[in-house]
Amino acid sequence: MEDTGTVVAFWILATVTVGSALMTAAVRNLIHAVVFLIVSFVGVAGLYITLSADFVAVTQVLIYAGAISVLLLFAIVLTPRGSRDNAESFLRMPALVLALLTGATLGYVALDTEWSIAGRDGFEETASAIGEALLDRYVLPFEIASVLLLMAMLGAIVIVRPEGANEEGAE
Amino acid sequence: MSVDLEHYLIVGAILFATGLYLALAKRNFVGVLMGIELMFNAVNLTFVAFARFVESPNPLDGHVFVVFVITVAAAEAATALALAVLLYRVRDTIDVDRLDLLKW
Repeated sequence: MEDTGTVVAFWILATVTVGSALMTAAVRNLIHAVVFLIVSFVGVAGLYITLSADFVAVTQVLIYAGAISVLLLFAIVLTPRGSRDNAESFLRMPALVLALLTGATLGYVALDTEWSIAGRDGFEETASAIGEALLDRYVLPFEIASVLLLMAMLGAIVIVRPEGANEEGAE
Repeated sequence: MSVDLEHYLIVGAILFATGLYLALAKRNFVGVLMGIELMFNAVNLTFVAFARFVESPNPLDGHVFVVFVITVAAAEAATALALAVLLYRVRDTIDVDRLDLLKW
């Protein structure tokens, strides 16, 4: 982790990620907030690459920057009379205090703890090892995750089905 | 000068705090969901940072866990946004402070 390129990349990516995450809370337009959130997701993917986590970085771009942000945009455009100003509710000040306290606590724990640093180099490539682990030690959670995704898909379809749709699905 | 575990943990802490603020304070249901996704991201970043730096017999277990977290986050996003559309259909709003049906 000593080479200059990684250090420069980390600081640029960290600035972009944290800055656009804060902008998501600050901008006064919901669509702009989603765009800043996408920038933040891509920044996190870049941070994964500086941690030599190639598979997770690609997954992050595919699922978060691709699928979930499109779902968020869909939810916004499907609710045309909802509020668009990205405003806060009456819980704004308590939420701000709680978030600052949580961030300060997490930061204090991160800096104060003596982590057992391994001091090894970054991973060469991770995809094949992750694949083997998924089909070996983690095969049961892997199968449960597939069932979970199927149930989520069916649930989403059932929830948004129009009121009068008949059981046969005709018309 | 080098980049250590603590740097990533601090970035994760800031992301988590921002996501918590979004999830608690935003009025629009989609804004709340954006906060939840941001918190997922912060936790995932922390997992991967620990997998890279901390001593462990199976250092890639952190990556496997992150893959599962992303899977569950995708399922959660799909169902939650379906619920948002349904709420809008029934109540004509997705502002969480106007969904006060249980308030007496």
